[in-house]
Amino acid sequence: MLRQLFRKELTLELRRKAVISGIALYLCSTVFICYLTFSLRQNQITPLVWSALFWVTILFSVINTVAKSFLGEKKGREMYYYSIASPTAILLSKMGYNFLLITLLSFSGWLLFVLFLNNPLADTTLFAATLVLTALGFSTSLTLLSALAAKANHSNILMAVLSFPVVISVLLIAIKVTKNCIDGLDRSVSYPELLTLLAINCLVAAVSYLLFPYIWRS
Amino acid sequence: MKTWAKILSVVLLVYTIVAGFLFDVPRLNIVNESIRSLYFHVPMWFGMIALFTVSLGYSILYLNKPSLKFDAYAVEFVHTGIVLNLLGLTTGMIWANYTWGSPWHGDPKQNGAAISLLIYLAYFVLRGSIDNEDQKARLSAVYNIFAYAAMVPLLFIIPRMTSSMHPGNGGNPGFNMYDLDSQMRLVFYPAVIGWGLLGAWIATLRVRIRLINEKLSNLEHD
Repeated sequence: MLRQLFRKELTLELRRKAVISGIALYLCSTVFICYLTFSLRQNQITPLVWSALFWVTILFSVINTVAKSFLGEKKGREMYYYSIASPTAILLSKMGYNFLLITLLSFSGWLLFVLFLNNPLADTTLFAATLVLTALGFSTSLTLLSALAAKANHSNILMAVLSFPVVISVLLIAIKVTKNCIDGLDRSVSYPELLTLLAINCLVAAVSYLLFPYIWRS
Repeated sequence: MKTWAKILSVVLLVYTIVAGFLFDVPRLNIVNESIRSLYFHVPMWFGMIALFTVSLGYSILYLNKPSLKFDAYAVEFVHTGIVLNLLGLTTGMIWANYTWGSPWHGDPKQNGAAISLLIYLAYFVLRGSIDNEDQKARLSAVYNIFAYAAMVPLLFIIPRMTSSMHPGNGGNPGFNMYDLDSQMRLVFYPAVIGWGLLGAWIATLRVRIRLINEKLSNLEHD
């Protein structure tokens, strides 16, 4: 069931390309605005500015991406899923799909940043690992919140308001590890942070898994 | 709440205020007399965590067995917890102004407290944007549990990993090192219990007001 639901998410996304190209365009325009703002003063982009711009861009694109995972569903279709699949299977498939999407988004964001701005990172492998772990954190926490927000009025505003405080602990650790990557510190310095990130992900994923059936029931 | 608990709370708080300002405290550089904020600032956080935990418990109860009473408890305990959070931030800022030199120092603990305030304010935004009463109660219970889980690493794990000037963090001495004569414990523990009980008292009063209001509006509809 899980695999079919996952395949359905993927095929649906590839079939209506408007959403995914919208996200891509969103990311590109944000990076381009950053580029234009600094235009010829590339040397003023200190590593810390780079890190701040990068994470702000990724955070906003990710929230917009995940927000639509439940908002996009029509009422009738939701009823249909409810009758054929268990809520946890639906949650896990959405989570897995969002993880894939966010990882893709983060890496293309990174590519664009290297292309338009510069690449201050000394340790790229570690940074890639951080991106994957934060993508996991974003997908586990935001999927549940998007399901929550979809049930309320003014869903779009609510999604942002609910998710900022919750993803902040993931983001704080990611920013710290990014700084380590920029400074090219020894990897053993960042391992405790990555482990904490993984632990937070597990915690949030477990809580989402337990709570989702209650949201779905309504 | 039982009457004895209310009396105990008042007695303990009177004792805290009198003893907290008059008793002898250890003489330490920089901190000086501001060490007395231990009796007022730290209990706010203990109280806040306790109230949020009670609210979490009621949210879990609500999901197990939906009843508006549990929802009322969950909401009002969060309300009171937020008040304690604001008081804790304020007392902390007054203290920081004298010992760190500025009220907002960007300390990990300070930021964590501010973010947990945001988390719970978002709880009220969520409640405000759902019309259906049952759905409001259920979704906000879900968010409450989720927010609590997100708050735990923020308050208890991340501040311990980063360097912080806050006493008790990042290699700085906690209050265990200040009160070598354990004179301060004699005031601190009663203060924690007193403030906690006061918070619970306010919360239960608010729950009663809320339940009465709900009853009144139901009568009006009939």
